[in-house]
Amino acid sequence: MNWTLALPELVLALCGLAILGVGVVQKCNAYYACSMAAIGAFLLTAVLVLGAAEGTGYGGLVVSDAFSRFSRVLILIGAAAGVTLSLDFNAKEGIDRFEFPVLLVFATLGMLIMVSANDLMSLYIGLELLSLSLYVVAAFNRDDERSAEAGLKYFVLGALASGLLLYGSSLVYGFAGTTNFDHIADTLSDPARATPGVIVGMVFVIVGLAFKVSAVPFHMWTPDVYEGAPTPVTAFFAAAPKVAAIALFARVLGGPFGDLAGQWQQVIVVISLLSMVLGAFAAIGQENIKRLMAYSSIGHVGYALVGLAAASEAGLRGLLIYMAIYLLMNLGAFAVLVSMRRQGRAVEKVSDLAGLAKTDLSMAVWMAIFMFSMAGIPPLAGFFGKMFVFKAAIDSGLWTLAIVGVLSSVVSAFYYLRIVKVMFFDESAGALDARPASSAFVMAASGLFTTLFFLYPAPLVAAAQAAVASILG
Amino acid sequence: MGGITEMAVSLTHFLTVSAILLVLGVFGIFLNRKNVIVILMSVELILLAVNLNLVAFSGALGDLTGQVFTMFILTVAAAEAAIGLAIVVIYFRNRGTIEVEDISTLKG
Repeated sequence: MNWTLALPELVLALCGLAILGVGVVQKCNAYYACSMAAIGAFLLTAVLVLGAAEGTGYGGLVVSDAFSRFSRVLILIGAAAGVTLSLDFNAKEGIDRFEFPVLLVFATLGMLIMVSANDLMSLYIGLELLSLSLYVVAAFNRDDERSAEAGLKYFVLGALASGLLLYGSSLVYGFAGTTNFDHIADTLSDPARATPGVIVGMVFVIVGLAFKVSAVPFHMWTPDVYEGAPTPVTAFFAAAPKVAAIALFARVLGGPFGDLAGQWQQVIVVISLLSMVLGAFAAIGQENIKRLMAYSSIGHVGYALVGLAAASEAGLRGLLIYMAIYLLMNLGAFAVLVSMRRQGRAVEKVSDLAGLAKTDLSMAVWMAIFMFSMAGIPPLAGFFGKMFVFKAAIDSGLWTLAIVGVLSSVVSAFYYLRIVKVMFFDESAGALDARPASSAFVMAASGLFTTLFFLYPAPLVAAAQAAVASILG
Repeated sequence: MGGITEMAVSLTHFLTVSAILLVLGVFGIFLNRKNVIVILMSVELILLAVNLNLVAFSGALGDLTGQVFTMFILTVAAAEAAIGLAIVVIYFRNRGTIEVEDISTLKG
């Protein structure tokens, strides 16, 4: 048994336990030290992931391949940025408790297990480790009514989603006779073994995963949870777990259920269509910017699923590129949201950004870049993400999906550009407080990526290509 | 055994019971207008439906994987219930109620 295949996960788990131990015995407030240690643990794990060997280990429970390496690196970047963004905000809101970074480390560990799962059992354990940690961080501001309500709503719907996913797994196990992804793929390669039982099970699994990625019609928790949870938690939710769940979606449907593509393709087409349209229209009337970003993220999941719906190598590659770009530009936009604070109080209305260009030009310019990129305006990174998935959809003959996608991104440009208009042309609502160095760093890093991606896209495209080849090959 | 007719409990019976339990659990979450504790119970019901399914399949297939899976689910369900109750407690502290209809500060 080659236990080194799970070395990054083992190291991260030990780091999480060590940080927890230090936080407990420390007399003074260990929030800052624990956060720094968590960021260090993420970097160490990322180095181990990049150097990890390939293969299947632990009796087929985990797999380490180019796909899991690609997703794990993205997840670790998202998680490290999430912890960075929380540093200043949590201290000012009085929720700077050391449990916060510890919970994020365990959530990240869950995500790493999820994307390197090669069995329904390890998939479930990873997903639950992620979900259980996220329920707690959503309700982390425990004296705030809205945060408690966000935690409660997320818990109820998340538990339901896990239940449905499990029910699906049990049917797949019963009718395919195994929980291992490779064996399921072998079984289903014989069309006679693809019984209705397996297909019903697969649909339940898809429903469970659609809840986790918040795709329409399973999105109803997203706006409430995004609005109620503390802003850095929302930033974390919108970044790493979304990438992990989409990657899991791609792995499950492309790997074990790859031969049933004819069955799941229509389901994904419908989910993706509805998500794009709802994401575009429902965000228009939103005044709360966190709620607006929630609908925007529903829309982005729709665009990413276009790549999955194409059910081709180019489609899955487009999906991975889309998620990488989405992760980085979204972190930048949330870095701006986390810094929105006036006279010491966090503000979260779109109108609070009014006249930002006159008081803090550089933040307004970065935000404008993220908004243009999310709307898909060239030459920013967001445009290329959309181009890859739509091109794959057209190559697979899904014209409707591509056309609806382009139209809904035109509609969504309305609310992205409205934010730009409010920042640059509206009467100032008073200066925002100076932004903390941690947010400024994330903003600049993500802004530079978003702006300069078009100059040198080759490494990302090549990495995504290798990742897709490893699950389809 | 005499006159009693033997009625074998087959896989289909188990699957039917567990499907009924699943539907009860899902309806318990969506139709329940009273209390959050009932929702927690419905979640447990769904997980038990899954466990029943897995154990029945495990017996029918003569394969232990299903039972191992059940052990994992039981463990996670305990953790999940603990976290769920903790969140309900902090919610109650803030609002003084756990009626489902009152959970609507965030419009959605």
